[in-house]
Amino acid sequence: MTDLPWLTILGLVPLVGALVVAALPSGRDALAKTVALAVSLVVLALTIVMCAAFEPGGDRFQFVQAYDWIPAFGVQYAVGADGVALVLIALTAVLVPVVVLASWYDADPSADPLRRVAGTAASATAGASGSASSRRVGGGTAVLDPPQPAFAEPVDSLPPRRSVKTFFALLLLLETMMIGVFAATDVFLFYVFFEAMLIPMYFLIGSYGGPRRSYAAMKFLLYSLFGGLLMLAAVIGLYVVSADAGEGTFAFERLVGLEMSTGVEIALFSGFFIAFAIKAPLFPFHTWLPDAGAESPVGGAVLLVGVLDKVGTFGFLRYCLPLFPEASRILGPYVIALCVIGILYGALLAMGQKDLKRLVSYTSVAHFGFIGMGVFAFTTQGQTGAVLYMVNHGLSTGALFLVVGFLIVRGRSRSIPDYSGVANVAPVLAGTFLVAGLSSLALPGLSTFVSEFLVLVGTYPRYPVAAVLAAIGVILAALYVLLMYQRTMQGPLRLPALLGDRMPDLRGREVLAVAPLLALMVVLGIYPKPLTDVINPAVEATMQDIGQSDPAPTAADGAED
Amino acid sequence: MPTDIPSPDLAYAPIAPLLIVFAAALVGVLVEAFAPRGSRRALQIVVSVAGLLAALVSTVLLAGTQQLVFNEAIAVDGPTLFLQGTLAVLGVASVLLLSERSLDSSGGAVVARAAVLPGSREDAALAEATEVQTEIYPLAMFSLGGMMLFPACNNLLLMFVALEVLSLPLYLMAGLARRRRLLSQEAAVKYFLLGAFASAFFLYGVALLYGYAGGVELREIADATASAAGNEGLLFLGLAMLVVGLLFKVGAVPFQAWTPDVYQGSPTPVTALMAACTKISAFGALLRVLYVGFGRAEWDWRPMFWAVAVLTMVVGGVLAITQTDVKRMLAYSSVAHTGFLLVGVDALSRQGLSATLFYLLAYGFTTIAAFAVVTLVRDSSGEATHLASWAGLGRKSPVVAATFAFLLFALAGIPLTSGFMAKFAVFTAGVEGGATALVVVGVVMSAVTAFFYARVVVLMFFSEAPAAGPTVAVPSVFTAVAIGAGLAVTVVLGVVPQAVLDVADRASRFVS
Repeated sequence: MTDLPWLTILGLVPLVGALVVAALPSGRDALAKTVALAVSLVVLALTIVMCAAFEPGGDRFQFVQAYDWIPAFGVQYAVGADGVALVLIALTAVLVPVVVLASWYDADPSADPLRRVAGTAASATAGASGSASSRRVGGGTAVLDPPQPAFAEPVDSLPPRRSVKTFFALLLLLETMMIGVFAATDVFLFYVFFEAMLIPMYFLIGSYGGPRRSYAAMKFLLYSLFGGLLMLAAVIGLYVVSADAGEGTFAFERLVGLEMSTGVEIALFSGFFIAFAIKAPLFPFHTWLPDAGAESPVGGAVLLVGVLDKVGTFGFLRYCLPLFPEASRILGPYVIALCVIGILYGALLAMGQKDLKRLVSYTSVAHFGFIGMGVFAFTTQGQTGAVLYMVNHGLSTGALFLVVGFLIVRGRSRSIPDYSGVANVAPVLAGTFLVAGLSSLALPGLSTFVSEFLVLVGTYPRYPVAAVLAAIGVILAALYVLLMYQRTMQGPLRLPALLGDRMPDLRGREVLAVAPLLALMVVLGIYPKPLTDVINPAVEATMQDIGQSDPAPTAADGAED
Repeated sequence: MPTDIPSPDLAYAPIAPLLIVFAAALVGVLVEAFAPRGSRRALQIVVSVAGLLAALVSTVLLAGTQQLVFNEAIAVDGPTLFLQGTLAVLGVASVLLLSERSLDSSGGAVVARAAVLPGSREDAALAEATEVQTEIYPLAMFSLGGMMLFPACNNLLLMFVALEVLSLPLYLMAGLARRRRLLSQEAAVKYFLLGAFASAFFLYGVALLYGYAGGVELREIADATASAAGNEGLLFLGLAMLVVGLLFKVGAVPFQAWTPDVYQGSPTPVTALMAACTKISAFGALLRVLYVGFGRAEWDWRPMFWAVAVLTMVVGGVLAITQTDVKRMLAYSSVAHTGFLLVGVDALSRQGLSATLFYLLAYGFTTIAAFAVVTLVRDSSGEATHLASWAGLGRKSPVVAATFAFLLFALAGIPLTSGFMAKFAVFTAGVEGGATALVVVGVVMSAVTAFFYARVVVLMFFSEAPAAGPTVAVPSVFTAVAIGAGLAVTVVLGVVPQAVLDVADRASRFVS
């Protein structure tokens, strides 16, 4: 079964799906959604089968394929999955159907029964169904904003209708790119996916996002492109170094252990590092994320923070460390310092936010600090923790974004002070919000705890001060999550005026979208072994690549440079 | 100098592409003179396209030739044939764009009587008239013939002749826009005056180099630089002036000032021809001069080219940001691309040569398609080139907007487009040639250029359309084919570039 080109199939299915969805006639919105959901579920099923076929103790890279693509540059179409790539591909495959389900009406808000109820509840109670059907009549083109209550600011208005099929086609296209970026074992191929991935995300934010969407989309694109182009220079440099050493190549396994002078290594490391640090994002490269996260449609934000940003931390682990071990060792302490700053700074800023989506975005800045710290701690525990953290962060922040999105759909406001006591009217929503939040603050028993603990334990022997400071971040996390929960969900009932005193609770579709994430958090929190079994060998291989071994666990004096 | 004139050894077969194109141009003149008015347009299109296709076939048949002909005045070698083939294909695309009649209400992008005073009564009448002239076809063919000769010249005097042959028809064609006559005439005059200056510089440079090397053949100059016998002052001055003439044609800073005005004022199909073909041809000549003639004097010109490349990338990229007219923006973007191309030229290696050839091909197709899309967006006064009027185009005409967005992403060098592969090839050659700092400037400026390309995409897709915005005209098969071909090449070279890279690699050997 491992002979099948699994990774290529996984990449092609959503691509074909995207083309099919894009080619559907524009009136068939329901069909487009259904096809997108079906395709993403097929990918998920294929991924599960592939994961079952993965042998944790086997070769480092499995499902390997390599064909010459551009021999003139020594470029191969080479894919393969180690444990790290495998779990991130699995995360992608889980999140995409969830996002498709959760974004069912995001491209065409006027078709959303929830938003229609919300829009009419304030003015009339009886006419809900009547006005709903009258709006349906407009069908293809003319349906724009339903009548707005006078108090609704432009920020809170219903976004205009956009092409539904394009939205889902872009999601599927993005899935292809995300799978490709993790599966690539050729640096050039990785780079191609790394950059090409920006385009569908750019359109998702820019076409389907909030009021400041074009600003956010532009900022996202330019930051990422700038980093990406620096990386391009480094990729070229790496190729030239390999060409000087014999034959120019981009094959990951042949580039590992390449001889180069320390100066060159630091320069090339910096090119890769800045690109990944912008992507991840680490402090001080993070300023695009709050805008992109806040303005992106919720589904886009889940994929952006849940998967796209992981490419950055994945890149640290897969490319920065093994390709440039010397530079990583020299610059590691500085990176750890950035990570610690990010953890504390992100948490503090998160506490100060009044915008729900910005808040969640800033929590991610803090979380990426943890992940970066785990990667650059150079211990098996730290790196395993970091990889676990990538998965768990995708689940918990994904869930948090989704629930926040559900709340915003109802209230049409992202502002925290607009909500209070939501738990009284929408207990299920409040409950899922709490679980997602608790997962985000790494409550023991939920999956994020395992990873955060491993990161801290793995960091302490080498960087005790950093680990202690990061532990403060854990407390801050509890503060920002619980404060947000308390402010919005508890206390006296106060809702955005258009809702009156009623708020519909989560619907079946929404529960279906968020439930798998919550279930995975609990299951992986109690029994993370399937993941760690897969991740550990990959991390050990990386440790070997960089010539590091774990310090003795007793090492209170282990803070060697 | 020998006193008796040697009888040149004439080999016509290797210069068949040139002969065919010039013959087609002459036939075009005869058609103008003798064919009945009604049938001229059809005849001209057939003659031009057939001539260019025949030239293309002949370059393919000649592939592999490495030969100096006509007393070593013309070099028929890999770069020559590669560029001639490219020019032939892009020439067909340009001719197709010139042949478009269904976009402008009065037919065609080209005015019938260019000499009429703008603003006069006749001029007003002319704007309404549906009168169409067809001299532009032979003009374009002569220009293309000159462009095909330019990179083949192994002799600086002949190179000057080629420069004039390609330039003179272009000066005329720049002034032929049917709409905004004043702007078009201004463009023509500006291009002519500055072009004449540049030609004079070129010619003076040739004279000085003759003083230095005792000959105008590139081989003689190469020999002279190798023996380091001549007067170095003459070499430096001569080289500098020669290069000024060439850098003017490729649109490098500080000789770029004409590009925005001329690109904006010329009829858009002519702009497409200029942007794609003139640049290709001039780069071909520049490569030959530097690689064949001055390859051994590299320390005399490479540092200067570093500076020119950096300036060109920075000025082109930064000034493009401030533009509000799509044609001017594309003009500055072409300046920035000149800078990227100069990185490849500066590598002075076989990789640099093949990367530059590949880049020229990729860039030519993308550019011609981009300008072709510009011809489609129109309001009552002709093409709506102000960027503000492009807002919301993605809603009105998703296919056209998506096409343009893809071409812009290609120009920005996003992966899976030809622009990325080309940039990658050029930058790799640059790093291998030791110009790492230049490449770093290049990638940073790529990010800057991405800003203004992405801004157009923002306008088209993320902004609301203005109330009285332009419409997107439905093109006839001519423009559609040109856009389709440009788009197809942009995609194919972005995904499976190997075949063309191979051709460019095989072609990257100068005969000397």
